[in-house]
Amino acid sequence: MTTLTATRQRAPVAGFGKMVLNEARLTWRQPAGMIAGSGIALLLLVIFGEIPVFQQTSARLGGYSAFEIYIPILMCFAIAIIAFTYLPGPLVAYRELGVLRRLSTTPAPAYWVLAAQMVVQTCLMVITLALLVTVSIVFLGVSAPRNPGALTLAIALCIAALFAIGLAIAALARTSGAARGLMAAALYPMLFFSGLYYPVQLMPAAIQDISNYSPLGAAVPAIGDSWVGQFPPAQPLIVMAAYALAFGYLATRFFRWE
Amino acid sequence: MRKMVPRGQEKAVLAIVTSGRSDPEARMAAGSRVEAGSRLAVEVSHLCKAYGPVAAVDDVSFSVTEGEIFGILGPNGAGKTTTVECAVGLRSPDSGTIRLMGIDPQADKAQIHQITGVQLQSGAFPAKLRVGEIIEEYRSFYRHPADVGELTEALGLADKRKSYFRSLSGGQQQRLSVVLALIGSPKIAVLDEMTTGLDPQARRDAWELIEHVRERGTTVLLVTHFMEEAERLCDRVALIDSGHIIALDTPAGLAARATGPRTVRFVPSTPFDASLLTRLPEVTAIKHDGHHTIVTGTGELATAVIVALHAAGVAARDVRIEASTLEDAFVRLTGRHLHETEEGEPS
Repeated sequence: MTTLTATRQRAPVAGFGKMVLNEARLTWRQPAGMIAGSGIALLLLVIFGEIPVFQQTSARLGGYSAFEIYIPILMCFAIAIIAFTYLPGPLVAYRELGVLRRLSTTPAPAYWVLAAQMVVQTCLMVITLALLVTVSIVFLGVSAPRNPGALTLAIALCIAALFAIGLAIAALARTSGAARGLMAAALYPMLFFSGLYYPVQLMPAAIQDISNYSPLGAAVPAIGDSWVGQFPPAQPLIVMAAYALAFGYLATRFFRWE
Repeated sequence: MRKMVPRGQEKAVLAIVTSGRSDPEARMAAGSRVEAGSRLAVEVSHLCKAYGPVAAVDDVSFSVTEGEIFGILGPNGAGKTTTVECAVGLRSPDSGTIRLMGIDPQADKAQIHQITGVQLQSGAFPAKLRVGEIIEEYRSFYRHPADVGELTEALGLADKRKSYFRSLSGGQQQRLSVVLALIGSPKIAVLDEMTTGLDPQARRDAWELIEHVRERGTTVLLVTHFMEEAERLCDRVALIDSGHIIALDTPAGLAARATGPRTVRFVPSTPFDASLLTRLPEVTAIKHDGHHTIVTGTGELATAVIVALHAAGVAARDVRIEASTLEDAFVRLTGRHLHETEEGEPS
């Protein structure tokens, strides 16, 4: 009887669908993150693809062209910008606006808000990555990824690590302003270590070591290796999983609904 | 604590029984106890809640019968909001027991959330969601939701359903919040300062809606610091001050109980002997003010005076009875006005 009642009283699953729909509408109506993440990644891809010197393979870059080096970096860039624009800010704003508090008076479980955000942002990331890959192959003459399974795993771990960091920021930041500050403080070093501004291969060894232990610094070679057909070494995969677990724990430990 | 049958009780019972035919949930609820009419919707006993060293609510007990509109009235910071937040399971009490339709809100939150609708004092939404989209989302959380058209119509939001939340005025945001509290067809609706910030017309519309909601069997817990609202809507009112219930009665009962002498003022058709009235037990004093005679006293003063005058062949014209109000009751019970702390910390 008790279990029967409990099942009957829970919010209908259709409610989660409605919540996802509204989160998707909000993302669509506030396109700054889409433009910054998907738009700029795509634009840079096309520009780099058209620069002749970027097409020359180089021994210093491990036998790859600068353009090939940049494809995984731009993929990670898109993932990071989307995760950081749409995850911590809105969640902290929901707490400030009292949305989380109001939800806690309804049958909808509070974690639905987090889940709905992640569903929408994952969709946006997958669409962006699919566009980047398709444009690279179809228009820029890059060969198709040779190990799609490993590529999917590397991308999934990268997304998980960045969501966990985003959620931890949402958990620790008291105000939207603080969330934006923490986000910027985390994002720019991560992008630096991903090689966005300068190829990691050409950096000093000490910086390369740090890069290997940063979330995007681990994601970029894992994605690159998978693309050319190798299964990536365990180290970058473990680094990403460790970020996902550690920051995921922080987020669940410190997340406040009010 | 005084037990009484609230007005509108019969209607409320009828609504439950009727709706039970089409709604298995209501049928189960109504059928589970034979005397549905006298069921307690809300039982709060010996509730205590402190924030740090400060006791916000100190040994508060009351119960609300199904279909009743129960007012919790008091100045800001008196503990009204804390009381209802504990009652619906948003806060856990330090001690005391709470039952909503017999359910402990701390033990079975899922069920409590299906049967209660809560409108909290503050709360906004993302600027770029439309009113209709917000309502549809919240509606989808409930097993037996209310009709959107009817609710938005009643709260004057029907033509705002396509508007972004950011374009709503404060009053409209407030009304949206009431819509969301009622969208799940709750058995118990908790409305915290529902009409604060509404203009007089919107306030009256909201009152009408609350009466309508009650007629359909919903029990209403109304937190307010508007005397007029409590007098107009509530079957019973608990006056809360500094975390304690200082009085609990019908609005009229409170007014009568707590006020001092009442006054009857009239113009007699012919002069009469003052002893005609001073010998009445209800009369304490009599004085004259031009043509007017002013009688002060207690109890059913007006009736006693007019009957006595009539028996002596004197007609009373231009009779004015100065009855006391809930506001008087509050001042008398607490020694201060309800609105003194208007801008204080809401609690």
